[in-house]
Amino acid sequence: MADIAVLLKQVPDTNAKILVSGGRVDEGAVNKWSMSPYDEYALEAALAQGGSITAITCGPDRAKKMLTDAAAVGATELMHIVVDDLTTLDSNQISTILAAAVEKTGASVVFCGKQAADSNAGSTGPGVAEKMGAGCVTMVSELSGDSSGFLALRPSASGMERVSISAPCVIAFDKMGTELRRPNVKGIMMAKKKSIETMSVADLGVDIGSASVTLDGQTPPAEKPAGQKFEGAESVPTVVSKLRDEAKVI
Amino acid sequence: MVTVIAETSGNSLHPVTAQLVGAAGGDATVLCAGGVGAAEAAALSGVAKVVSVEGDCFSSFDGGAWASALGSLTEGRVLAASTANGREIASRMAAAKGVAVVQDVTNISGNTVTRPIYSGKAMETITVSDDTILTLRPNTFPAADGGGSAAVNTVNQSADVATSVKEAIAKASERLDVSDADVIISGGRGMGSIENFSHLESIADQLGAAVGASRAVVDEWGMSHSMQVGQTGKTVNPSLYIAVGISGAIQHLAGMRSSKYIVAINKDADAPIFGVADYGIVATWEEALPALAEALSNL
Repeated sequence: MADIAVLLKQVPDTNAKILVSGGRVDEGAVNKWSMSPYDEYALEAALAQGGSITAITCGPDRAKKMLTDAAAVGATELMHIVVDDLTTLDSNQISTILAAAVEKTGASVVFCGKQAADSNAGSTGPGVAEKMGAGCVTMVSELSGDSSGFLALRPSASGMERVSISAPCVIAFDKMGTELRRPNVKGIMMAKKKSIETMSVADLGVDIGSASVTLDGQTPPAEKPAGQKFEGAESVPTVVSKLRDEAKVI
Repeated sequence: MVTVIAETSGNSLHPVTAQLVGAAGGDATVLCAGGVGAAEAAALSGVAKVVSVEGDCFSSFDGGAWASALGSLTEGRVLAASTANGREIASRMAAAKGVAVVQDVTNISGNTVTRPIYSGKAMETITVSDDTILTLRPNTFPAADGGGSAAVNTVNQSADVATSVKEAIAKASERLDVSDADVIISGGRGMGSIENFSHLESIADQLGAAVGASRAVVDEWGMSHSMQVGQTGKTVNPSLYIAVGISGAIQHLAGMRSSKYIVAINKDADAPIFGVADYGIVATWEEALPALAEALSNL
């Protein structure tokens, strides 16, 4: 059984309201931080494989809580690369850091979410694969087999397809049909005692250079002008004519 | 000088490719993986050159192989589509070149780009460098017109392929996918049951629309996740989005608020969905959908 590294990111819960203050998303106003939803499926898929599973995250101190949550459902090792503000790093630097962390674990199989729920980018899985010199399949919604030959279900131009891939590889997960396991009391108690290997980027011994992009600012989305509201189904023909004559979309 | 990675759909160009060329603003080199769509690309205005990139590695999609085979042919800024394949190619190409990639860009002004984050709950503005690879959100940039007549050069490339397709599964229905549709009609918990989605399907047939669903319907009634619109489903920006029996949870709004026009049908006049709707109709779906079917057939 191959060792698996699972890349996890802590993000504001998807039900949380996002407020912007002073040109930045106000993290202090986020009432709940969670494991990014697609990463939960990556972790679940790793737990289904079994064996040694290292949960890796890169982020500020608050992200430790998410690693403990991962341990509570069965992650065997926890690794935290401390970066106080991820928005100061570009995609290339993050891929470099995570690939170095994976190398440190000795894992040849990496599972992650197809994208994080905050940045919505999806650059990390393929980026880490490139740095590892490994193959990658993204948008995976079903996985069978093991590291000697995974069979992954992904969307294709004509529907879906099952592709084979073997270690070394990165598999980036979409939402899957499987239920996510929930921690039991024993798992939660054991996770609290689990040590987290904590290190800085410098401790990893890789040169990540400087960021080649700069975040200028974050803003709330443009407000939509107030719409027109009608009462009752008898207004449907009016709306349909407006869609044709005002909006010109039908 | 800008290099456009052509996005294809079957054996022809995906419409987003013309938008990438449009955003390039002229003097674009278009790389066509496997030669697909090369003649179409050559006919777009603003294209200086088309490279038909051929090789065994293009017989099925492999992000690593495609990025490697295409990556050595790029010059200047690289633009790709913010689709599943486009993002994967761009990510790997950037990591291989040691440069940054910025995904899902919705506005470009010189070296300043804008993109949605938190599925549109906020926007961010980023200053990029000349070599940053950008993927652009479909249906956001004006498409290049026809009338071009660029030369097509053929280049043979090889690359290591890590994946192989073992089984192809055809789409269960011929219905459009929400990601590709220009009109979407979506249902939520207010539809009462999964069986009632047949009423949405018949309207969708009238409009040539795709059918979408809220997270509640997918999680609780077992509707296919491929239909889910929202932060943990698909982010869509069609010309017209019709939400029926969807209250408008924040994570649903995140996935559809950038639609050009939004129609909301809900019996609860206070439902948050009305806050983003251009046209709101306070009515039950049982009354509104037959009226909608009739009004559409009278057009």
